[in-house]
Formats: sequence, structure tokens, C-alpha cells
Amino acid sequence: MENVKSRAKEKWLVIVVFMFVPLLLLLVFTYVPFFKMVEFSLYKMKYIGPRTFVGLKNYADVFSRGECFRSLFVSVYYMAGAIIQLGLALFLATMLVFRTKGSGIFKGAMFFPYLICGIAIGFIFKFFYARGFVLDSFLQMLGIKLEDIPLWLEEENINNISLAATSVWRYTGQNMILFLGAMMSVDTDLYEASDLDGANKWHQFRYIILPSIKSIVVLNLILSISGSLSAFEPPYVITNGAWGTGTYFVIMNRLAHENQKVGLACAMAIVLLAIIVACTVAQNLFFKYAFDDGTADESKAAARKRKKAEKEAKKAAKGGR
Amino acid sequence: MTMSVKKRKVLTTVFTVFKYLVLVVGSFIALAPVVVCVFTAFKTEEEYNTTSVLALPKSFAYFENFKVALEKANMLRGFFNTAVVLVVVLTASIFIGSMLAYVLNRFQFKGNGVIQSLFTFAALIPGIATQVTVYQIMYSLGLINHLYGYMIVLMGTDIISIYIFLQFFENLPVSLDESAIMDGCTYFGVFFKILFPLLKPAIVTSLVLKGVGVYNEYYMSNLYLQDSNLKTISTALYVFTGPYGNRYNYICAGVLITIIPIFILFLIFQKQVYSGMAAGAVKG
Repeated sequence: MENVKSRAKEKWLVIVVFMFVPLLLLLVFTYVPFFKMVEFSLYKMKYIGPRTFVGLKNYADVFSRGECFRSLFVSVYYMAGAIIQLGLALFLATMLVFRTKGSGIFKGAMFFPYLICGIAIGFIFKFFYARGFVLDSFLQMLGIKLEDIPLWLEEENINNISLAATSVWRYTGQNMILFLGAMMSVDTDLYEASDLDGANKWHQFRYIILPSIKSIVVLNLILSISGSLSAFEPPYVITNGAWGTGTYFVIMNRLAHENQKVGLACAMAIVLLAIIVACTVAQNLFFKYAFDDGTADESKAAARKRKKAEKEAKKAAKGGR
Repeated sequence: MTMSVKKRKVLTTVFTVFKYLVLVVGSFIALAPVVVCVFTAFKTEEEYNTTSVLALPKSFAYFENFKVALEKANMLRGFFNTAVVLVVVLTASIFIGSMLAYVLNRFQFKGNGVIQSLFTFAALIPGIATQVTVYQIMYSLGLINHLYGYMIVLMGTDIISIYIFLQFFENLPVSLDESAIMDGCTYFGVFFKILFPLLKPAIVTSLVLKGVGVYNEYYMSNLYLQDSNLKTISTALYVFTGPYGNRYNYICAGVLITIIPIFILFLIFQKQVYSGMAAGAVKG
């Protein structure tokens, strides 16, 4: 009895000791800022000095102020880029899933951009797109005249495409590795068996590879929405939002730290969060209803259920003893 | 019959050629922008001004640009600071993450579910978005312009390792804990002696993901470490947007200096990096 009591005491001691630091950090750096953000978004204010309550005006401004609204539109380019990137990653991963000589080198080369820091990527592509430098020289080498080449960063009908392309360059390899990981989890015997059955590569892709990765593809598709809205470093370094290339975060950063429109910046952050929460809910609903056909996630859920049942059975057995 | 076998052989060959072509082009596009930077970083002032950017430098033994970049951007200091931050933050987040996951996974108590939901929701909030108000908190706690302040805020926004450890604990059988307790082990003993050594794969995964994140982190470093002696490697590099904004020979050297360490680590830990990526993705 004494023993049981001291066990319970020890249990609480462990709980308190192990959770104190993470919970404190969570409170101070996530939830206090979050609630302050909600509060600030209702005021017209700077970091220091008086503030006036303006109600929901900041939220209205997010959608009516030219630069804010435009930045939502700019993120559409990044979303389109994200879709291209997923397609490319899927394609490249499919190529690599079949036995390939030197696959390690190909994988490494295409994955590597992901490891470069955003600021460095910004500089690499500032150099890449600058007039008369990398891309222009390359095109001239192919025989295109300099005056026929657009200004990649200044011309407003093309500059957001140039910038979104840097995102594609950065993340395609990483997506490819993710997809490849999921594809490799398929039993390789399936490929050989299907080969013997006369399946061609397309059939193998459609009936073996695709089902194994569809949950991770959908997941990345949804993540790409919040990812597009969060694009920051490359446009920040390359153009700093000039010529209509300000992404949501670039504009928010400018409003918050340069113009000190703290209330408006907070409202922008809340709007972004609302979009992300909506995407996450959509994702969960999608997985719940779309994947109820005995593949990827279903089997994972089934495995979890089985494990739980085992655990309970074990507990019951112990209790009986 | 023989006809269709022949046809399939041809198709397979066509596919193979196509596959290698695609992979070579893909790798070329991924590497070319960086390779051009390598060329440029080794060019003398005169070569940089006169030759095409696509031309090879005369020699790969000209290090003047690297020297200038290191000096102008104070990059050695940046490396030192980043290294200190990495060691402290990674160590701390392994302990914080694994201890929290142990409690949440192994103990039933009131509030367990609520705490897990709090962490889940926190994971949705994008880091940069809350910095407007985090800045105020950092300011009032006196944490701005101190390396430890930056470290604390990095630990505080660490949700990913918590997830990785939680997931890992799910697959560690409870019977391990139970038999250790039968043998008279305390809960602390169970965690540190029995379970912690088994966490190695999860630790590697979180080291990879968190390590890449911290090494490349710019935004918070820029906000909270404004003193020039406190710059980390990414904020040090940002200096090149200033007066050296179009001296790409220096800029490319600076970019390469930041890339080289992570490139070497990647070559050594390639396998762990890939599996870390995959493990991090499942969480969603």
C-alpha cells in the first residue's frame, strides 16, 4: 500500500518535472503571443505609444489595401509553382523507383537545394536573374539576343514567375525524396510480379505506385497552400517586394517592422492562420472520406486500432493474473 | 509471341534512355545555379569583369574573394555563434521533446489530451506570423541581443521534435517500462536508463530536421540578434544586400562559405537525412 502511494507521488513528480519547461515555453512563446496578436489586431497602434481601438477595421484593410490584397494574389503564383513542383517531384521519384545506376548521385544532386539557407538561395538567384548574368548569358549562348530577353525581376508580367521558380527549385528534390520514401515502402516483389503479368510502366505507376503515395501527395498539396502564403526569404533578398513581388510575409514584415503598423500586421497574421486552419480541417475531412478504401491511411488507422486492442488485452490478462 | 517480346524490349530501352535523360537534366538544373557561383567565387577581379559568368575561372586556387567575404560579413563570428546555438538548442530540444513525449504517451492523467491538442494547434501557427508580438515579449523579458535569448525562443517554437518523439514512443512496447518497474526501477530510471537509449533513431531524425532548420534560420536571428557580434551565419550573409550588392564575386564566395559545411555534413549523413525527411513527413 505504502509502495503504491509513493508510486503515485513519483508519477506526479515525473509529470510535473518533465512538462514544466515545455509547457512554460509553449505558453510564453506561442499562446501569450497568439492572444496578444488577437488583441492587437483590433487596435491602430505602434510598438510604443498610445493606441486606439478600431474594431475590425484592420481586417477589412487586409482585403482592401492594395499591397495586402495584391500579396494574396502574388501567392497564387507560388501555389501554381507548388503544383508544378509536386508534379515534377512525383515524376522524378517515379523514374528513380525503378532500378537506376547512380541513383544516389541523382538523388543527392536534386535534393541538395533544400539544404541551402533561404538567404543564400536569394543571392544565388539574384545573381542568376540579374541583367547580363547567369540566365541571360546562358540564353545568349543558345543564340537569343539580349534585347529579346525580358528583365526577369523587373517586368511585372514575368517577375513573380521567376521568383516562384526559385521555390520550385528549392523544394522539388525534397518532395521527391518524400515520395520516393513512400514508394519504396511498397513490396518490391509487386513490381516483379506485375512485370511477369505483362504490366507496363504506366500500369505499374497507376496501380502500384500511385495508391502507395496518394496520402502523402494530398498532404503536400494542402501544405503547399500555407507554404505559398509563407514564402519569404527569396523575394525578400532578391527584390524586397519591389515591382509587385511582395509576398504575404514580405508585406507583413514591412508593415510590422518598418512601418510599425502593428495592428494591421497582426490582423494579417490572424487571417493567415485562419486560412491554414481551414486547410487543415479540409485535409482531415479529405482523409476521412476520400481514403476509406483500404489503402495507406486506412491501414495505418487499422494498425493503430490493433495495437490498442493488444495493449488492452495485455492489461486485461495482467489484471486476471 | 516473339514479336511482342521484341516490342517490349524496345519499349524498355526507350524508357531507360528517357529516364536517364530526365535525371541528368533534373540534376543539371538543380546544380547549375550553384556551380556558376563556384566559378564566380574563384575569379579574380579582372576575370570577373571581363569573362562570361559561364566561363571557368583560370584557377581554383584564388581565395581572395573568400577572404574578403569572411572579413566583410564577419562570417567566422557567424559560424561560431551558429555552432554554439546549434549545440545548445539541439541538445535541449532532444531532452525537452523526449521527456514531454514520455509523459504524454505513458501516463494517463487529467489534461493529457488538452495538452496534446495545445501542441497540435501550436504547430499550425506559422513561426514568422507571431513574431510581431513575440518581439514585445522578448523585449520585456530582456532577451533581445543575447545569444541565450535567441536560443530560448528557438527551443520555445520547437514542435517538430515533440511530434517525432511522440510517434516513436507509440511503437515502443509498454512491457519494457513494466518489467523495469517490476525490477524496482523508478519512473526517472525507466526513462533515462531504459527508454532514452532506445530513442536513437528518433533523436537522429529530430537532429536532422531541427539542425537544418536552425542552421538556416534567418528571421528570428535578424530580429533578436541585432548586435554585429551576435550575427549568425544567415544574418551575416545578409550584409551583402548592402554596399556590396552587385559584387557577385564576393557574394558567391559568401554563399559558398555558408553552403560548404552543410554540404559536407550531407555527404556524411546522407542516409540519415533521407530517412529523417521521410519520418518527419508522416506527421503532417
